[in-house]
Amino acid sequence: MTTFGWQRIVYPALGVILLLAAWHLYVVQFKVPVVVLPSPMQVLNAALRERGALMTHGLVTLKESVYGFALAFVLGVPIAVAVAQSRVLNLTFSPLLVAMQSVPKVALAPIVLVWVGTGIESKLVIALLVAFFPIVVDTVAGMRATPREFLELAHSLRASRWQILTKIQFPAAVPFVIAGSKVAVTLAVIGAVIGEFVGSNEGLGNLLLVANSQLDTPLAFAALFALAILGIALYGAVALLEYVLDLWSGESPLPH
Amino acid sequence: MQQVESVARPSSAGSAPFGVVENVTKTFPGQRRGPPFVAIETVSLTVEEGELVSLLGPSGCGKTTLLRIVAGLERKTSGTIRIRGREIVEPQRDFGFVFQSPNLMPWRTVLDNILFTMEILGRRDRAAVARAHELLELVGLDAFSKSRPHQLSGGMKQRVSLCRAVIHQPALLLMDEPFGALDELTRMEMHDLLKSIQRVTRATVMFVTHSISEAVYLSDHILVFSKRPGRIAERIAVDLPHPRTAGLRYTDAFTEFEHRAGAALGIVK
Repeated sequence: MTTFGWQRIVYPALGVILLLAAWHLYVVQFKVPVVVLPSPMQVLNAALRERGALMTHGLVTLKESVYGFALAFVLGVPIAVAVAQSRVLNLTFSPLLVAMQSVPKVALAPIVLVWVGTGIESKLVIALLVAFFPIVVDTVAGMRATPREFLELAHSLRASRWQILTKIQFPAAVPFVIAGSKVAVTLAVIGAVIGEFVGSNEGLGNLLLVANSQLDTPLAFAALFALAILGIALYGAVALLEYVLDLWSGESPLPH
Repeated sequence: MQQVESVARPSSAGSAPFGVVENVTKTFPGQRRGPPFVAIETVSLTVEEGELVSLLGPSGCGKTTLLRIVAGLERKTSGTIRIRGREIVEPQRDFGFVFQSPNLMPWRTVLDNILFTMEILGRRDRAAVARAHELLELVGLDAFSKSRPHQLSGGMKQRVSLCRAVIHQPALLLMDEPFGALDELTRMEMHDLLKSIQRVTRATVMFVTHSISEAVYLSDHILVFSKRPGRIAERIAVDLPHPRTAGLRYTDAFTEFEHRAGAALGIVK
C-alpha cells in the first residue's frame, strides 16, 4: 500500500481535473449561457466573491447536519442494540422501522415544519430522520454478526448477558456502527438541505434557492460545491475517527 | 501386541477418579425427517488427576462433540459426567477451553485478551495482571503484551489463547485440536510449551487431536475413537517417561506407541 500510496492521491485528482476540463470545454465550445451552466472559472469567481456568505451559511448547514447526525446516533445505537438483543422487540419494531424507512423524507418535511417550526429544530428532525436508518440497520447487523467463537468462549466461562453485550457483542459491532455512520453523516447533510429548502432563511440550501431565483447560477453552483465539500469533510471526519480508534486494524471481522 | 487396557472396565472401587464419563450418548435430530444421527454411542472413560488424556480419532468420530459436552457447551442425550464428583450439565468456571482457532479479540491487546477470562470471573486485579505477565513470559511472549492479535503469527496467537485458558488456574483444561492449523515445527514447540504450562498449573488436560504422534508425545492415556457412531475402540497407556523431549520422537518406544495407536485406528494392519 505504501509503495502505491501516491496512486491513491494522483488518480482521484486526475478524475476531478478531467471532469473540470470536460465541463470547461463543453461550456466554451457550445457557448452555453451562464444562466444554464456557468464555466468552472465563473463558479470559482462567484465562490470567491461570496465567500463570506458561503462561510456563514455553510456553518449553519454544518451545525444542522452534525447535530442531526449526533441525535440519530444517540437514538439509533441504543435502539439497535435493544432490537438486536430481544426477539420480542425485534419482531415488534422491525416492520415499523422498515415501513418508516420507506416513507420519503422529503414528503415529511412540510409536516415536520408545521410541527416544530422553521427554526433549526425542523432541520435537526429531518436530518435525524434521514440519518437514523443506516445507523440502526448497520448496528443491528453488527450485533448479529458477532463471531460464534467469541460467544462460545463467553458461555464457557458463564459470562452474564451484560458482559457478553459490553465485552463482546458491542465491540465486535463497532466497525459496522462506523460503516453506518459514514453513510448517515452524508445523509444528514441532505436532510438538513431538505429542511432548508422547505422553509428557512439561512443555510447553504437556502443560499442555493435564493441564488437560483435570482438567476445567479454561478453562485448556486458554488453553494452546491460547498455542500459537496461539507459532506466529504464529515465523511472524512468519521473515517478519521475509525482510523484513530484503530479497531480491527489489519484483520477482517471474522476469524480465520 | 502389548497389554492394552480394556475400555469398558468398571469404575474401580476405592478413591473415585478425577473425572468420569459414563455411558454418554449424543444423537442429533435427523435432517428432513431422516433418521437421527448418532454422534457418540455409550462412551465411558475415566481421567486421573493431573494427567493428559488424548481423544484420538478420524474427523467426524464425535471426539470434539464429547469434549464440548464435558465443557458444558453442548447437551448430551444420555449418560453422566462427573468431575471431582460434581455432575456436569453446564459450563464450569474452573474449566479452561482452548479452541481450534485462537479466537483472540482483535480490539484487545495480547494482555487484555488473556485477562478476558479474569474479567468475566470478576477477578481482574493486580495479581491477575501479574499472573498474565508470568504466563506470557513462560510462553516467550512478554515482549508482545501490548501488541494486537493481527501482529502475531498463528503459533503466537495460539500461545496467547493457551494463556487465556489457564490464567484462572482451571482444574480441567479442555483443548479442541488446538494445534491442528499450525505447521509441524511450530506444533512441536507448542507441545513442549503445553507440557511446561501443565507442570506450572498442574491442570488435568483433555486433548482432542487427529495426529497420532501428537497424541503419543503429549499423553498419559490415549483414547482411540472409532468412526460413526463414535465409540472408544481402545485405551492406550503411554508409559513413556516424563519430562518428554523432542529426541523421544525418534526412539523405538515412541514408534511402538504410534503403531499401536495406528492399529487401533485401523490404519496399520
